[in-house]
Amino acid sequence: MALLEIRDLSKVYQRDAQRIPVFEGINLNIVAGEFLVLMGPSGSGKTTLLNLVAGLDEPTTGTIRVSGAEVTAMSRRDLAAWRSHHVGFIFQLYNLLPVLTAYQNIELPLLLTHLSKQDRREHVMTALEVVGLSDRADHYPRQLSGGQEQRVAIARAIVSDPTLILADEPTGDLDAQSAQDVLTLMQRLNDEYNKTILLVTHDQRAADRGHAIMHLDKGVLTG
Amino acid sequence: MKIPLIYNIRSVRRRPVSTLATALGMGLVVLVFIAMMALSRGFRAAIVETGSRENVLVVRSGADNELMSGLSRSTAQTIISMPFVAKGPEGRPLASPEIYVLVSLERLAEGDALVVARGVSPQAFEVRKDVKVIAGRMFNPGAPEILVGKSIVGRFAGTEIGETINFASRDWTVVGHFAAEGSAFESEIWGENEQFMPAFRGEVFQSVTFRMYDPADFESIKQTLESDPRLTVSAQREYNFYANQSVLLTQVLSFAAIFIAGIMAIGAVFGAVNTMYAAVSARAPEIAVLLTLGFRPLSVLSSFLMEALVIALIGGMLGCLFALPLNGIMTSTTNWASMSEVAFAFRVTPDLLLRGVIFALAMGLIGGFLPARRAARQPIVQAARRP
Ligand SMILES: Nc1ncnc2c1ncn2[C@@H]1O[C@H](COP(=O)(O)OP(=O)(O)OP(=O)(O)O)[C@@H](O)[C@H]1O
Ligand SMILES: [Mg+2]
Repeated sequence: MALLEIRDLSKVYQRDAQRIPVFEGINLNIVAGEFLVLMGPSGSGKTTLLNLVAGLDEPTTGTIRVSGAEVTAMSRRDLAAWRSHHVGFIFQLYNLLPVLTAYQNIELPLLLTHLSKQDRREHVMTALEVVGLSDRADHYPRQLSGGQEQRVAIARAIVSDPTLILADEPTGDLDAQSAQDVLTLMQRLNDEYNKTILLVTHDQRAADRGHAIMHLDKGVLTG
Repeated sequence: MKIPLIYNIRSVRRRPVSTLATALGMGLVVLVFIAMMALSRGFRAAIVETGSRENVLVVRSGADNELMSGLSRSTAQTIISMPFVAKGPEGRPLASPEIYVLVSLERLAEGDALVVARGVSPQAFEVRKDVKVIAGRMFNPGAPEILVGKSIVGRFAGTEIGETINFASRDWTVVGHFAAEGSAFESEIWGENEQFMPAFRGEVFQSVTFRMYDPADFESIKQTLESDPRLTVSAQREYNFYANQSVLLTQVLSFAAIFIAGIMAIGAVFGAVNTMYAAVSARAPEIAVLLTLGFRPLSVLSSFLMEALVIALIGGMLGCLFALPLNGIMTSTTNWASMSEVAFAFRVTPDLLLRGVIFALAMGLIGGFLPARRAARQPIVQAARRP
């Protein structure tokens, strides 16, 4: 069975009387352990699709299932809880709260669990180690480079051991070297830790790191 | 409430100017609130601490205050010789038939004010154990001598020992000062009743205050006095008599404190609303991150409310800091119940400070609510897209 199952998904934005269809009737299966890259021109609806999968937005029609749970049928409240357990999200920008240290940022998702302070500490330190920033635990985001910030964001996305990692252009704002570091890290998460990843990118070199590439264009998804 | 408080504390610290400006606004409101309550408390304390629970104060039936009362010499004599009146060491009754008049004295600052001149019996200082001569000496019976309460020493002309004050067409020599544990007696001038009587209204006393043998007998004493057909008097515990005089002004002052501070608070609340709306809109991306991570809208709401409370707490503490130096400062007002000037100190007590802080927190809660709700309700996607 697929880890992520998207059936007949449509998203139509309604602005006043105007109908703005983003995509209609999309179908997609992602099996566990997959590293899928989603590409497409600007405005094609990649972010919209990712937001729908994460339950941050509601589709017009269609269903999304993650490990059998029907995301599209959950209440806002249930979604929040579900998201904290099952989805790690990495944005292009504004991932970290500027007033919290790297450690505190990574700890945030764990505050929604019942883990003790000691257990949380272990998880956070492990995540920091995975992204290679153990020595930066007490640094604030402004004291980190853009690449390091994204790695902290990745550490936060994996700290609660989610099923699915969604990344929306995580390297879009980085220089070439930092982008390579971040991508290498994501590849390792997939290889070594067997994380299922859906990565949105414009960058062909980023796309090459994945197992498969899908294209979203004019509302149609092609493999 | 799962979003850590440190997030709010640090966010507040990151914009010190707007935080301090908002907190300062609240602090001023708290200052005004505490100052007015301290005024009311100080006044109340001065009046309430006047008089003892062991004493009975008798006035003519129907008189709310001593000014309106009148008791003949024979009435006074009858009361004093009652068996429940305590006796002093020499067997004299511990009682003080008193003359109570208002005299106009010249303030050192400016203008005149009415001051209580009380003619007391030589036993008065035994009847009222809290009243003590603290400088100079007791007046000599038969002499035109007076003692000045310590609150008005230095506030009125001629109140130093050895000086003279002219009232009732006579010069009175100040021979001493007395203290009465902060009570309203300290705002009075005391002389001998037999000296004051001819100088003022003639053969009437205004009140008789006496010590009870057994304070537990008060109810039956009251009954005996008030039902005696020769007397037509009303009897109260001395303590209650003066306490009742403070009720009206205390209530007016407390009401004014809440009313004026309340109006000012509206301004401060708007300040908080503005600050918090600005914070919420500036931090839309952060809110989106929190919601994306799975924090519930309710957590976001309480987090921003908490932030408003943090600012309010700073404001409350600033207000307390401003208000503390007021403690003990002397001021005076006219006691409406007796029409005389009463001097007293501002009383900034710990419970008032606490109320000030709670007042500030209430402002924060009210001012923070709408912005916090906006934060909690904002669609995640919209916020995350913002550049
Ligand atoms: N709230 C909204 N209301 C109306 N239209 C919207 C809204 N959000 C997005 N859209 C539209 O939906 C379409 C898809 O947007 P989306 O952000 O998903 O594109 P994208 O593929 O992520 O683009 P980019 O590569 O630039 O990030 C765009 O045409 C956009 O204008
Ligand atoms: Mg996008």
